[in-house]
Amino acid sequence: MSELATGVREICDRSGGDRARMMDIVQEVQARFGCVSGEALNLIAAATGVHRVEVEGVVSFYTFLSGRPKGRMVIRVCDDIVDEMSGMRPVAEAFSQELGIPFGGTTPDGQFSLEYTACIGLSDQAPAALINDVPVTYLSSDKAREIVAALRRHGDPRKLVHRLGDGNNAHPLVRSMVHNSIRSKGPIVFAPFEDGSALRKAIAMSPVEVIRDIKTSRLRGRGGAGFPTGMKWEFVRAAEGEPKYVFCNADEGEPGTFKDRVILTEYSGLLFEGMTIAGYAMGAQLGILYLRGEYAYLRLLLEHFLDERRRRGLLGRNILGRAGFDFDIRIQMGAGAYVCGEETSLISSCEGRRGDPKNRPPFPAQRGYLGKPTAVNNVETFCCVARILDQSPGWFAQIGSRQSAGTKLFSVSGDVASPGVYEYPFGVRLRQVLEEVGAESPIAVQIGGPSGQMVGPADFDRTICYDDLATGGSMIVFGPERDPVYIAKRFLDFFAHESCGYCTPCRVGTELMRKKLAAILDGRGEADDLPYLEDLARTVKFTSRCGLGQTAPNPVLSTLKNFRDAFERRCPARQEGRRAAFDLAAATAEAESIVLEQAAR
Amino acid sequence: MSKPRVATASLAGCFGCHMSILDIDDRILQLIELVEFDKSPIDDYKGFTQRCAIGLIEGGCCNAENVHVLQDFRKNCDILIALGECAICGGIPAMRNTIPLRECLAEAYLDGPTVHNPSRRIPDDPEIPRLLNRVYPCHEVVKMDYYLQGCPPPADAIWAALTALLTNRPIQLPYELLKYD
Amino acid sequence: MSESFTLTIDGVEVTAQPGQSILQAADAAGVYIPRLCAHPELEAFGACRVCTVKVNGRPQAACTTPATKGMIVENDTPELNEHRRSLIEMLFVEGNHFCMFCERSGNCELQALAYRLGIDAPRHDYQYPARTLDGSHPEVFIDRNRCILCGRCVRASRDVDGKHVFDFVGRGKGKRIWIDAESRLADTPLEGEDKAVEVCPVGAILRKGAAYAAPIGRRLYDHDPIGADIEAKRVGAPAAKGGKS
Repeated sequence: MSELATGVREICDRSGGDRARMMDIVQEVQARFGCVSGEALNLIAAATGVHRVEVEGVVSFYTFLSGRPKGRMVIRVCDDIVDEMSGMRPVAEAFSQELGIPFGGTTPDGQFSLEYTACIGLSDQAPAALINDVPVTYLSSDKAREIVAALRRHGDPRKLVHRLGDGNNAHPLVRSMVHNSIRSKGPIVFAPFEDGSALRKAIAMSPVEVIRDIKTSRLRGRGGAGFPTGMKWEFVRAAEGEPKYVFCNADEGEPGTFKDRVILTEYSGLLFEGMTIAGYAMGAQLGILYLRGEYAYLRLLLEHFLDERRRRGLLGRNILGRAGFDFDIRIQMGAGAYVCGEETSLISSCEGRRGDPKNRPPFPAQRGYLGKPTAVNNVETFCCVARILDQSPGWFAQIGSRQSAGTKLFSVSGDVASPGVYEYPFGVRLRQVLEEVGAESPIAVQIGGPSGQMVGPADFDRTICYDDLATGGSMIVFGPERDPVYIAKRFLDFFAHESCGYCTPCRVGTELMRKKLAAILDGRGEADDLPYLEDLARTVKFTSRCGLGQTAPNPVLSTLKNFRDAFERRCPARQEGRRAAFDLAAATAEAESIVLEQAAR
Repeated sequence: MSKPRVATASLAGCFGCHMSILDIDDRILQLIELVEFDKSPIDDYKGFTQRCAIGLIEGGCCNAENVHVLQDFRKNCDILIALGECAICGGIPAMRNTIPLRECLAEAYLDGPTVHNPSRRIPDDPEIPRLLNRVYPCHEVVKMDYYLQGCPPPADAIWAALTALLTNRPIQLPYELLKYD
Repeated sequence: MSESFTLTIDGVEVTAQPGQSILQAADAAGVYIPRLCAHPELEAFGACRVCTVKVNGRPQAACTTPATKGMIVENDTPELNEHRRSLIEMLFVEGNHFCMFCERSGNCELQALAYRLGIDAPRHDYQYPARTLDGSHPEVFIDRNRCILCGRCVRASRDVDGKHVFDFVGRGKGKRIWIDAESRLADTPLEGEDKAVEVCPVGAILRKGAAYAAPIGRRLYDHDPIGADIEAKRVGAPAAKGGKS
């Protein structure tokens, strides 16, 4: 048997040939053999009983998986808007020059591949990149050259880390240069916590009482949609079907979001405790933490803390001595797909499938993971749960605003003096936040990331909460020299890249919006384009199947609404009915060059 | 009162749509009662003599000359109608749109299995209009006002559209006349 | 078995059975809701979004949403039909649809929906993507230029034929229908009589040697719009003709 055949067999055996562990299988095969080749697809299919085309469907879905060999070291430069504003372009150029390959290329010696990647959760220390699993931050073109030289010398991305970050970033299991950049601490998430304290209080109550407490606290989901957590748990508990599952969505991929990174680094105790309480309340025995591939560098640390909790009786069988209270947590790694932050996509991915969203109904609370009732909650939500049990629902409910209890973590980046994570009570005025983060004469703020909305100074006195400016936490600030049209275009680049392609409006519509915005930026816009864009955006929003498609048009709609003059300036009425998008010189350039080349021969 | 003028052109098309204009049969006699033909292959006028009410465009734009003719039509006609699939979506000529121009020319003039071309040259006489990188539907080059689908559009559809426009009625085609083939 | 109930579609009361989707209930009642990926013999899929209706004011895919008692459904409204036109036009520009020589023309559901909704030209720019063909199989060919990613072949092959010949690879605009083999359809267990071949709504998966069987004028949608068969079931209603609404 070939080395590949033996290796694949071993990897598949370890997962018990379980098709639901396909993500683990293909990721391990890639880690060991550089890619999931056609031959590997055949072998995996044979070992798991899954059709080859299904395995291929999975591998081709995720950005971090590849069917073709890549370099031993893959440099992924984060190309989100904040990184670009912080000087990503010269960094990218330096990498490309130094390696002698374009983006998307691999060096002939098979050592390096160079790629762009969507937001990696380091907008507060941009420009940043991932080299294999290792994050490198605050890049400059000089640093990029040094990095390539060093990697050529020692070939080990981990050796690039000279100065360790703060807190657990310096932990021997992490050893990362990433900084937490916690800028302001509140009473709920960024506060001291003693492991087990909340769980002890929880098991002193009945599961139903725990859910009642969560309802009393008026906790709503922190991912952005704001569904009442207690209600969701009640649905899961009441749903027919066993076993039940608790999922933690740690796939924060919204550009400009990084608060979960900080929680996972420093406050995982709070998070795991929240998940365990959820397990108790809903009668679940397994929790899955879906960790985005970009945060793979935190995996060993998290596994370590899970082991610690098992050792201390906070996870595993008969938790805290309570007979029959069994609950454990495993980590499922993602592989670079923003859509997997959508709860049903996340479940698909955990089932070892393409990260396609599922049809609703049934909702995950009725039929989720492997068809069983499943509660999917945000990282921050679980932290709130632990704090609510530790303090009291009443204490929690009096923080924040009327409809939005508690605090919210904001990941602040862009044109500000102090990017980082801020914990504010809900109901805080945007203007106050802008002042405290050191935003100098901002012209626009993207609230809730690209899927949220872009607001201008007229909205700065609004409050941040579920009924006014709702947010999952990303806040990108844009200064006077930034261009709303360009920003909208870059956000649509992102959505078009991340669309799973399942439904028509999102698959086609995001691409059409992206191209139209590009044409407008290119000076090829005309007056008709604006109503066209608006109609297109509305159709995509109205008809898309999941949250990605339903929010992808937001950058177009909110910039058209709040920054219309920036569009109109670029879209004049055209002369003589000619289409601005058509450029005869450009259209004949190829023919001209063919003729010229022939004449030169 | 002078009659409204109608102009027609065949760009990257096969003249099938013009054949379909002629297919309105004896109604063509009624048509010339209603309109005067201006620039058109039908009467062989090479240029516009006056401003026209309606321009009928067959075919998309595959070369620079097509673009110039189309822009000239836009300038000289109040209403422009994209006549047939090629004008609307590029049609058969647009099958080359998924292949780089360089490869198309090499296949046609150098490497194709039936090519006999001892000079090994791609035709490049300055008199030959430069090809565009792809075939463009008319509405991507100038603003078009109406679209008559079909390959070719049925004569009845052309008749219905022209008479509607000439009598200031909206174009309303019965189900059977909206066909893409 | 629980009892039947009623819901309202465009102001008309419609009787539904428990377990029916809005689409199924509408079909049974002779109300046509435009659709592409839905197929009566296959599991609902929810991909094309053409059957989007308003349910109590909110957009929902009629094919995947269960009918419930007292539901207020809007279907044939100018707003919804405009979204549908835009979606159909997206599918036309996304692929390479050359109706003039396509073997499916006249019997094609995509084309027929465009006729029914009165689409004379797409508002979107043509994308002219480079797509592949596969003619390796003796009985069947794939032309991905025409594929609208409705997933009917995937479901039919998996659930009816029990073969799983087809599935999707790639993501976003790179998503393609693919086959359970390295690259040749001939290397799969597909047979010409398979359900997966029969259910393709467009000309992407076709049997060889069966093209142009019906002459123009005698094809499925030459005279009656798509959905006319469903509407004929409605008591006392004449079959609708196409045109903009």
